[in-house]
Amino acid sequence: MIEKNKNTVTQVKNDTKRTSNLKEMILRQIPLVIYALLILVPLTLVFFASFKNLAQLYNDPLGVPHKWDLSNYIQLFSNENMFVYFKNSMVVTFTSVFFILLLGSMISYAIIRLPKWWGNILFAFVTVGMMIPTQVNMIPVYILFAKLNLLNKHLGLIIITVAMLLPICVFILTGFMKTLPKGLIEAAMIDGASHWQIYSRIVLPLSLPSLASTAIFCFVISWNDLLYPLLFIKSNSLRTLPLALLQFQGEYLTNYPMIFAGVVAASIPMIIVYVFLQRYFIAGMTAGSMKG
Amino acid sequence: MKKYWPLSFFILPGLLIYTIFYAIPTISALGLSFTDWNGLSPDYNFVGLKNYSTMLTQDPIFAKAFGNNLKYMFFVVIFQTIVSLFFAIMLAKNTKLNVFYRALYFLPTVIASVSVAFIWIFVYEPSIGSLNTFLTMLGLKSLIHSWLGDKNIAIYSLAFVQVWAHAGQVMIIFIAGLHSIPKSLYEVARIEGATRWQTFRYVTWPLLAPSATIVVAYTTLQSFKAFDLILATTDGGPSYATEILSLFLYHEAFTNYKFGYASASAVIFLLIIVSITMLQFKILKANKVNY
Repeated sequence: MIEKNKNTVTQVKNDTKRTSNLKEMILRQIPLVIYALLILVPLTLVFFASFKNLAQLYNDPLGVPHKWDLSNYIQLFSNENMFVYFKNSMVVTFTSVFFILLLGSMISYAIIRLPKWWGNILFAFVTVGMMIPTQVNMIPVYILFAKLNLLNKHLGLIIITVAMLLPICVFILTGFMKTLPKGLIEAAMIDGASHWQIYSRIVLPLSLPSLASTAIFCFVISWNDLLYPLLFIKSNSLRTLPLALLQFQGEYLTNYPMIFAGVVAASIPMIIVYVFLQRYFIAGMTAGSMKG
Repeated sequence: MKKYWPLSFFILPGLLIYTIFYAIPTISALGLSFTDWNGLSPDYNFVGLKNYSTMLTQDPIFAKAFGNNLKYMFFVVIFQTIVSLFFAIMLAKNTKLNVFYRALYFLPTVIASVSVAFIWIFVYEPSIGSLNTFLTMLGLKSLIHSWLGDKNIAIYSLAFVQVWAHAGQVMIIFIAGLHSIPKSLYEVARIEGATRWQTFRYVTWPLLAPSATIVVAYTTLQSFKAFDLILATTDGGPSYATEILSLFLYHEAFTNYKFGYASASAVIFLLIIVSITMLQFKILKANKVNY
């Protein structure tokens, strides 16, 4: 539109072309805005509802709350162990992501250093796990955990999360490490560097971008995971956020405002992190899904 | 060979965890599927293929779940691919506004499925839900439904939520595909005086085929693996109208304690997933375009 004002010497022909461009630009915005609303409206309505009480919600389900009443949140944080759930989710997620990256990058390093044939076998064996849905092996894992006394423990949750996400991590990291210049590693070998030195001083620092993508992908999957906590965690004090939310449903039944306060409280940290790191989120989640 | 030994230190920790807790359990699912174990009693019997034959011939719920999976899959694959491709083409240019739209459309991907489920329970709620309220406001009372309570439409209502939550994610795959198409080809099309449709049909579309294959395969797998969303909204109801395979095997195992039977369905579930993935690889290989 600024362009339009800039040009003072306009010909009629050019002018009509511009108006049609402008028209097209506005037309183009229509579907984009509609879809943006489709994303935003449900989120906003839930946000509004979390500040109403049940009676207000039934009288005015869609409107802006008359006053921003925090009592649902206060009740939520005083009756429920919200802080504990947060802490549980953080402990499980951060520990899992750390070990996935550590163990995954070590395997990937070995794959690129082994003779080609052995590397390929190892790569195939680990990455075939990407195909296996978690529901397929949940029963044997449950039995195994019962035997090893890992049920109802964060340790068990961490172990299975690492096992589940290791394949995708190895897949992304190996793909990246293969593109690193071979000369660098060979030069270090000639200088007498050990595998650990080459891994930790050369390969890892150079792989930071793909480590970051993998970390974000695993972070989102682990933070939002419901199945494993649902199967393995029985004590209230050990619940992660998604599991706690699911239990609110049973507890508060149709007391929507309370449930929504839980949804908002559980989602806001993730949304804030997303707003700041969106480029990395998009890159990471796409790297994870483009495993073809 | 000697110089490779130190590498075992790099391989073993991860490999052991993966093998013990992921690979072997997958194989034991196969073993369990030949038994009648209930998960509690210490002993069980080997029943051969009985679980499979019962499931495939006499279990109406399994058949229903499989059918639901197909309905869910077709809806999600068709709509998610169309919606994401449409917006990918609209937002392919890296302008500030486009990047903003992309980030916004992607947002539902990072919200936990449980939260997404509750958000949409509210939208679909029959009396105070925003969807029915909007329809009333627009004077379209005839379109009002109990979106999750009506057994004819519940599965599609959920499939819509799945598209809502993930279209923005696969859109990014399409955008990456669009960016990898050489600009020179569009230049040629422009010089040759191709219309927009022709440019799309003869330049964009064929070169987008690899991305399209990835999107379709990824969406198919995603729709088969859907679990959290349905568990938290309808839990398979009303009267099994939204029961899908992943939920079916969860219910058989942890509600009905039929571990053997559930394992048989897990094996079938895995076979379906593996064949889809193999098909994807095959198509991707056949589709390699040279330009």
